Amino acid sequence: MSTDLLLPTAEDRGGPAQPILLVKGLRKYFPLGSSLFGRNRGAVHAVDGVDITVPKRTTLGIVGESGCGKSTTARLLTRLIEPDDGEVIFDGEAVGTHGGISIKELRRNLQLVFQDSFASLNPRMTIERAIAFGPQVHGLPAKEAVERSRDLLGRVGLEPNRFGGRYPHELSGGQRQRVNIARALAFNPRLIILDESVSALDKSVQAQVLNLLMDLKDELKLTYLFISHDLNVVQYISDHVMVMYLGQVVEVGPVEEVYRHPRHPYTQALLSAVPSLDPHHRTERTPLTGDPPNPINPPPGCRFRDRCPKAHAVCASIAPPSVVVGTDHSVACLMADPASGHPDAI
Amino acid sequence: MSNLITVSDLTVTFGGARPVHAVNGVSFTVGTGEVLGLLGESGCGKSVTLRSLIRLHPPRRTTYGGRIEVDGQDILGMDEEQLCRYRGAVTSMIFQEPLLAFDPVYSIGRQIGEAIRRHTGIDARAAEAEAIRLLDRVQIPQAAKRYHAYPHEMSGGMRQRAMIALALSCRPKLLLADEPTTALDATVQIQILLLLRELQREMGLSIIFVTHDIGVAVEISDRVAVMYAGRIIEQGPIADIISAPAHPYTQGLLASTVTQNMRGSRLEAIPGAPPDLANLPVGCAFADRCRQASAQCRAAPPPYDSRLGRGLACFHPLTESVAP
Amino acid sequence: MSNILTQTAAPADSAKPQSRNYWIGVLRRIGREKVTVVCGLILLAILLLAVLAPWVVGADPYKTSMIRRLLPIGSSGYLLGTDELGRDMIARLAYGGRMSLLIGVMPVLIAFVIGSTVGIFAGYAGGRINMAIMRLLDVFYAFPSVLLAVAIAGALGQGVSNSILALTLIFIPQLTRIAESVTTQVRSLDYVEAARMSGASSLTIIRVHILGNVLGPIFVYATGLVSVSMILASGLSFLGLGVKPPEPEWGLMLNTLRSAIYVNPWVAALPGAMIFITSMCFNLMADGIRSAMEVTE
Repeated sequence: MSTDLLLPTAEDRGGPAQPILLVKGLRKYFPLGSSLFGRNRGAVHAVDGVDITVPKRTTLGIVGESGCGKSTTARLLTRLIEPDDGEVIFDGEAVGTHGGISIKELRRNLQLVFQDSFASLNPRMTIERAIAFGPQVHGLPAKEAVERSRDLLGRVGLEPNRFGGRYPHELSGGQRQRVNIARALAFNPRLIILDESVSALDKSVQAQVLNLLMDLKDELKLTYLFISHDLNVVQYISDHVMVMYLGQVVEVGPVEEVYRHPRHPYTQALLSAVPSLDPHHRTERTPLTGDPPNPINPPPGCRFRDRCPKAHAVCASIAPPSVVVGTDHSVACLMADPASGHPDAI
Repeated sequence: MSNLITVSDLTVTFGGARPVHAVNGVSFTVGTGEVLGLLGESGCGKSVTLRSLIRLHPPRRTTYGGRIEVDGQDILGMDEEQLCRYRGAVTSMIFQEPLLAFDPVYSIGRQIGEAIRRHTGIDARAAEAEAIRLLDRVQIPQAAKRYHAYPHEMSGGMRQRAMIALALSCRPKLLLADEPTTALDATVQIQILLLLRELQREMGLSIIFVTHDIGVAVEISDRVAVMYAGRIIEQGPIADIISAPAHPYTQGLLASTVTQNMRGSRLEAIPGAPPDLANLPVGCAFADRCRQASAQCRAAPPPYDSRLGRGLACFHPLTESVAP
Repeated sequence: MSNILTQTAAPADSAKPQSRNYWIGVLRRIGREKVTVVCGLILLAILLLAVLAPWVVGADPYKTSMIRRLLPIGSSGYLLGTDELGRDMIARLAYGGRMSLLIGVMPVLIAFVIGSTVGIFAGYAGGRINMAIMRLLDVFYAFPSVLLAVAIAGALGQGVSNSILALTLIFIPQLTRIAESVTTQVRSLDYVEAARMSGASSLTIIRVHILGNVLGPIFVYATGLVSVSMILASGLSFLGLGVKPPEPEWGLMLNTLRSAIYVNPWVAALPGAMIFITSMCFNLMADGIRSAMEVTE
């Protein structure tokens, strides 16, 4: 891109072996009820001790159902919400601490593409101005920012002369999502978090956008964090996958490995809940009963135990630690730990 | 198998400054105890078609054409009173958002009981017992207690089940389902789909199920009709359509749906976007995006040809067996 | 870049012209609403009549004549009759419009500026600051506006500027509340979060993203308040707290013509009719502008 020189790409300071993102013990509780009379009604444990490792130029998929905390995690990483606890290390530098990387610097390196393509664009701003806003904030003069914006529009498949002056309501959902991607790219970021970015799109449009994302990843040497509830799409686009339940990570590993040999009962249930595409082999039994619960004041022990087909008494007393079961593959289940006391433990 | 529902050349136009031709000549039949899936993307007219079967559109703005016959009754010709007797007793509907189906100030049990009493005239106590039985049948745990619950007190999956109970309370012959699982989590979605399958078998219901998700269509339908720009462009048994689609749009839709084992290969996306329903082209609505399009396709829309249980509207189908 | 993507836009798009400004769209939609346009024209006429009164109206609004008191409508030389002191009604109404419009519009204008600033700030800040500001304003809300206006104006004394001050104080809490409410809504939208993601300062975000989306609804609400302000101003004058005689002002005229109701009811009703027409037009116009702004097709 010719306009690359106008806004320098953030340098790769950590080197190829350093993971671009390292998160330890991320925690966020939302308190319930007022503390006016001192009565504590507890809290929503939205994110409760999450560790993440993302190697450079890979895609980490995060899957889970409502209430699992994946969207909150995205907002915590971008510091739209302040975490209660935990360490976030971006390319070797701690975020938000003295001597590390500042929040403003972080926002040049890490960007977020939202789910609702319409709500994430200012209805009163043309799309070329909307994309130019970001670089302008970081010091690029207006004229060059607009030039860069038009260049990016072309890059994502929207011809600038035809689309630049349009308003969000004049575009389709797929086109708006491209604009959101272009806006994220305007910062020349190194990591892009895609929070259910293709979920609201029609399947054929989704395919177009996924192709675009794959092309951009190669061309611009990007790393992705892909949050979705659609397991098929996550399998397609990710290198590693992380499964979340009620604010915690229950399983993480290389995508093919986790999909072929899921070790956590919840992962197994999620995978078998994907509708079958073979009319001769329809799903005959539901893997789980009931709805995903609300993470309000979770009970001790394993949080999945009241829906787990393999639950045992010991699951109520010990919160399962994360156990390594393969290369880069770990699971938080007592069955994976022979010393845990669970009768089915291997 | 006799046909419970016959739709012939249905057209639905919404008035206004620029009339929108939401449905442009749709014909299909559904037999007793059969499940038809209406598959398509946003704006294709599937929800509008569904709602026409129960006359749910605003009467002043909507113009219907063609004929809809359900259980021997002419739906488009009914007056208000006949419609009231028809809705709920012959045909019922479930929606994507269960909160919209329930009045927030009454308990769900009471609302189900009210529906039962209106159509069957039995007394309050019997209606309550029946409502509890229904809630239990849709697998709501502790049904007698949940009878008194309010809609906002229940989780999404529970509400959806309650809505199904409400819809089936008067034993309709036809159930219309407008994307009822789209807003649900995957593990809940599959529960609801299996429940619907069970109830359908047990009650001999006919179901017309609108969805944009091919997997959901596979799980629930016996036959599927694919819609595009207000018309049915292909129809047939679900297994045939999935394994050997004849229309280029169906094939494109199947190819662009992400499934397992697609990793590493590029997705085949259909170029372009669906047309503006207020500004439809003269010929085939899919011509601009179709690899096989010819001058014939742009001159006039291909006629819908239906034979041997398969329907197709295309001048250049992909499979020879259904060539017009 | 692959061909599939550059072919993205469907042919339907190429038929659409390049979009024009959002505000032009709003104006066009307003133009289609007959009621809004007619009301706007009426208001314009009243405004022009008031502003250009010395040049348009020949008669002198202060010239009294004891013989020609309370002449009926249609009398020669006095088209709308005369008031209880023999002054020409057309002149009184025209010159009176100046005062009435001034006391009607000024408070709302000032309150709009102050209220928007405080409200947007409170809405954007959120949390405890928001709570502190809004609960403070609730104190003012506890009083019925008419009584509060009378109390403040009464305490300050008679006079135009005191009336304007009193009314401004009434309207600030209302406009602040609406500004805060709209800002809170807009602030939680994804595009504001996206702007925060870009590292922009709060001031920049407010200026670029929030103002444009928030001032519209506040403005429409304020326009609706003008009619309330005019009626309150008339009320204050009626009670002797606003304009001093012999200055013409519609509310004051209503008061002084009260005793003439049995003698010449039509003339006595004229100032009231003017207040009514002007208020209605402001209200209907505000409605029309609001619906034009809401539509995003």
